[in-house]
Amino acid sequence: MPLNALGRDIPAFIEGYGKVKPYRGAFALQPSGNVVGPRLRVTNADRTDKVLPDLKAAIAASGLKSGMTISFHHHLRNGDYVVNQVIDACAEMGIRDLTLFPTALFGVHKHLIDHIQSGVVARIWGSVNGPIGQIVSAGGLGEPAVLRSHGGRPRAIMCGDVHIDVAFMAAPSCDRYGNMNGVQGPSACGSLGYAFTDCQYADCVVAVTDNLVPYPNAPISINQTCADFVVAVPSIGDPAGIVSGTTKVTRDPLRLLIARYASRLIEASPYFQTGISFQTGAGGIALAVTAFMKDAMLRKGIKGSFGLGGITSYFVDLLREGLVDKLLDVQSFDLGAVRSIAADPRHVEISADMYANPWNRGAAVNMLDVVILGATEVDRDFNVNVNTEADGALLHGIGGHQDTAASAKLTIIAQPLLRGRIPCVTDTVYSVTTPGECVDAVVTEYGITVNPRRADLVEACRGIRDVPVISMDELADKARRMSGPMDPVETTDRIVGVIEWRDGTVIDVVRQLKKK
Amino acid sequence: MRRTMLYLPGNNPNMLVRGHLFGSDGIVMDMEDAVALSEKDAARVMISKFLRRGDFGSVEVTVRINGADTEFWKKDLEAVVPCKRLDGIRLPKADSPQVIKDVDEELSRLEDKYGIAQGHIKLFCILETAYGIWHAYDVAMASRRVTAILPGGEDLVADLKTSRTPEGTELEWSRRMIVIAARAAGVDAIDLMFPRVTDDEGLRRDAQFSKDLGFDGKSIIHPNQIPVIHEIFTPSEKEIEKAQRIIAAAEDARARGLGTVSVDGRMVDVPVVKRARYILVKAGLEKEDE
Repeated sequence: MPLNALGRDIPAFIEGYGKVKPYRGAFALQPSGNVVGPRLRVTNADRTDKVLPDLKAAIAASGLKSGMTISFHHHLRNGDYVVNQVIDACAEMGIRDLTLFPTALFGVHKHLIDHIQSGVVARIWGSVNGPIGQIVSAGGLGEPAVLRSHGGRPRAIMCGDVHIDVAFMAAPSCDRYGNMNGVQGPSACGSLGYAFTDCQYADCVVAVTDNLVPYPNAPISINQTCADFVVAVPSIGDPAGIVSGTTKVTRDPLRLLIARYASRLIEASPYFQTGISFQTGAGGIALAVTAFMKDAMLRKGIKGSFGLGGITSYFVDLLREGLVDKLLDVQSFDLGAVRSIAADPRHVEISADMYANPWNRGAAVNMLDVVILGATEVDRDFNVNVNTEADGALLHGIGGHQDTAASAKLTIIAQPLLRGRIPCVTDTVYSVTTPGECVDAVVTEYGITVNPRRADLVEACRGIRDVPVISMDELADKARRMSGPMDPVETTDRIVGVIEWRDGTVIDVVRQLKKK
Repeated sequence: MRRTMLYLPGNNPNMLVRGHLFGSDGIVMDMEDAVALSEKDAARVMISKFLRRGDFGSVEVTVRINGADTEFWKKDLEAVVPCKRLDGIRLPKADSPQVIKDVDEELSRLEDKYGIAQGHIKLFCILETAYGIWHAYDVAMASRRVTAILPGGEDLVADLKTSRTPEGTELEWSRRMIVIAARAAGVDAIDLMFPRVTDDEGLRRDAQFSKDLGFDGKSIIHPNQIPVIHEIFTPSEKEIEKAQRIIAAAEDARARGLGTVSVDGRMVDVPVVKRARYILVKAGLEKEDE
């Protein structure tokens, strides 16, 4: 078996995936050729209404056949009704052997398991969280799931690695000619950033909405030039699963401690100056870092330039208080963010392509100073796993992990050393999502661990009072002492998941778990 | 410094392994009230395992054993005294000098048995009855091991035949008595814990009151209480700067053979210098014996 640049054993050809381009380094592969284009389509003045009576009519009109590829976005998250409705309709119409190309699947899509078992869904090229991930890990999907980052996905579309036959576009608000936005209607989710590229490059786009409004809909996120058909359904999602309410900073002392250490590292870094840009995401530690950063910015009179990525109410507060000038939002995480993007022109909706595609003329992640990320595991070489749990089960997507880690000037992995008795710092991660060369520091409750490649940060840490600095080897040894020996994960040889680096090379694979 | 001493339930390995990381000045591994009768043995084994590992950084490590009126206390001491990392024993119901003498004797026997320097293990005495509060000074003087005395909470309230109020007036006199006895005996006074863990403002008021009474710090039950208490018990930059000026002025006066000197219009005499030194000790800028 050939080894890639990280020494991972990956075959040259993977059944159901094809020929493997092995990972060669974070920035080694440079593209050539042209961006692909979608099929030319015409809507003349004699057709001013694209609404069809139901999903089946739209599926029929789209020309969708067995064996084709359909895409979805995940802005409705665990409240999404559209994926299940579309696949149900396909099954009833006798369409099989489909490739699903979602940005991510969640627990609500457990419903798809029957369709996977019956052969309606043959392949999934997208993040598989929760129950679908379990099915994939157990070998229940005929061909391997292909995992791409938020930036790697639009790259794959635009360079032709993935061709979308039909994009089903959950649209919280849409008019009869296909102008869409995510900020109005009962299923408002805020930014529609993940879906922009799908709508631009799919051969056919079907907008599915529960808020059909008179022409022209405004504001317009994705416009009529992309939409082929519009279908009105009773509901595209459950607001309770689409967004959370007011996201509160955790009171969990362990997470607060880690967040405090991470914010101290940021403060000590050369990037903590007026104009700083950062991405912290949602989740307990990330939100707390945002809160601590705010305190530090106020204390030192520092003003930031922009916040990026998934936007929370905490970022909105920073915008309103003048601590950042702009928000670039690919995904609105809570109601505060949804309200803000609808009302504040400084809160800008951006596509996943603009957010993180490594092969365009400049992704927003390239302008990022600091990012805080999580992990399920980090190893002695600072390689990070976010896809599989310690038991080898494929349960999480890549998100923007690879993209922000590769591009931000300071990438911090913030996580506890152990979860329960499971160590999060190990000798070797079970699967690699993001290579150690892109990770600058790991922050745990035991302090700050700086990648030795970053001698400048090692030096900066000397100035931090009251925060321990611990080497990776000490940290890994400590985790091993505390957790005791772990049973190795037992797998078969069959590959059930392919983890692509953002440039389309294969950074790692996930193998089928042995039955216990 | 004993601004914060964090209680860790003795039957919770997650807290025992991480409790020292949160920045308190001390930790108290609890074998007493936090542990059900059926879990006493398990907690004893677990605490001794963690103590043997000795991985607690620079915090002061203590164990609250079960009271000397129970069947457990000797087993508790036997389990923890020989361990690698133990600075002191927090003794509940330490209400008479005789109890202290009994525990002191047992500690001496164990130190002898395990080759530990005599007197190495310190005693933190919790006074939980009116009798104990009344005899606080005698308790503090009953053994050279006694390094701090503490007012009890619920047991003391019950013994006083009163009940807890949000303002804490029922224990105010007892707290004052502890400070006076501690100062008279030359030991530390550590105040009650504040039970409402999400009430930061209430904690702030209570900690300020503790400081104003003269306590050295507080017992705490949640890591999130640490920064609030440290902020109150740690001298501000302004206080430190003034203390440094007072000491500099006093030393200058002494060098020049002057009897008195004033700083900011106030006469600097011996108590003022003593207070200034205490501020610098609290700020971690001077050692206590300097």
